[in-house]
Amino acid sequence: MKFTAEINVMPLKALLDPQGKAVTSGLKKMGFTGVENVRIGKHITVEIEAEDADAAKKEIDLACKKLLSNPVIEDYHFELHELKMTG
Amino acid sequence: MFSNFAHMKFGVVIFPGSNCDEDIIYTLETIMEQEVVRLWHKEHDLKGSDFIVLPGGFSYGDYLRSGAIARFSPVMNEVLEFADKGGFVFGVCNGFQILCESGLLPGALMHNNNRQFICKNIFLKAEHNDSLLTSQCDTKSPLKVPIAHGEGKYFADEKTLQLLNENGQILFRYCDENGNVTDESNPNGSLQNIAGISNQKKNVFGMMPHPERAADEELFNTDGRMIFESIVSTVKV
Repeated sequence: MKFTAEINVMPLKALLDPQGKAVTSGLKKMGFTGVENVRIGKHITVEIEAEDADAAKKEIDLACKKLLSNPVIEDYHFELHELKMTG
Repeated sequence: MFSNFAHMKFGVVIFPGSNCDEDIIYTLETIMEQEVVRLWHKEHDLKGSDFIVLPGGFSYGDYLRSGAIARFSPVMNEVLEFADKGGFVFGVCNGFQILCESGLLPGALMHNNNRQFICKNIFLKAEHNDSLLTSQCDTKSPLKVPIAHGEGKYFADEKTLQLLNENGQILFRYCDENGNVTDESNPNGSLQNIAGISNQKKNVFGMMPHPERAADEELFNTDGRMIFESIVSTVKV
């Protein structure tokens, strides 16, 4: 079965996110006075072939731990969707 | 000129995107009169090196996170094994980032607080003389050494910071020209002004500033040479 994982990697909540902070102040200067706490992370999509959804989840989780995120400074979560083959 | 020093074989690892490799090779070979071998990242052989150096640069274009992909280069298996057996490994700038990503050093290097790439001379001070990198450094007078990085803000959780302090693993802190460790002299927002650390066993070292760029008299600043002198005068091969 083929799946696609939609992964979000975000800076840990406790950490200052200078990029988010700069964008917050940019938005405010543009007139978006109500905005607050912009935080910027990464969105990663991965296609994966696996026996079933559980196996795919396990693989993606390991990939997130080993490479796609750095647990010292980031956390991650992901959603898995089955890729339906057409035709 | 350093004939009284030990002679070692330094292995300098070259990743795709390394760009300070030749500077560090020049410093070790020509200035410090040591033997140097180049280690291409695809090799599985450290060629009998006594001391491994991971140079600065932008390995793999800094994709994903600085050092994240270089950490999985083939040669890193041997480097990890070498470090595990007590072998000396020293990472400068991107090399420091790779060592943190590989888990050989604790913590992580994050984007500078001001979001800018900073390339300038800063001052740093050795915390103590009880390490290979700092044995010859004067802990009272600061060294002027350049930094050149976008992701150099040292971060570790509180518990790790406490351990680093207790175990003497903090090697260098950013300071002003008089040696005062202040917020103003911290160029990138590093926690506790940390510019360089070691692992607990004190055989793996990392620092963001570039001592190899301040080692040649022709550059009118040789403060960084003290760090290389510390290394070659301490190691007994």
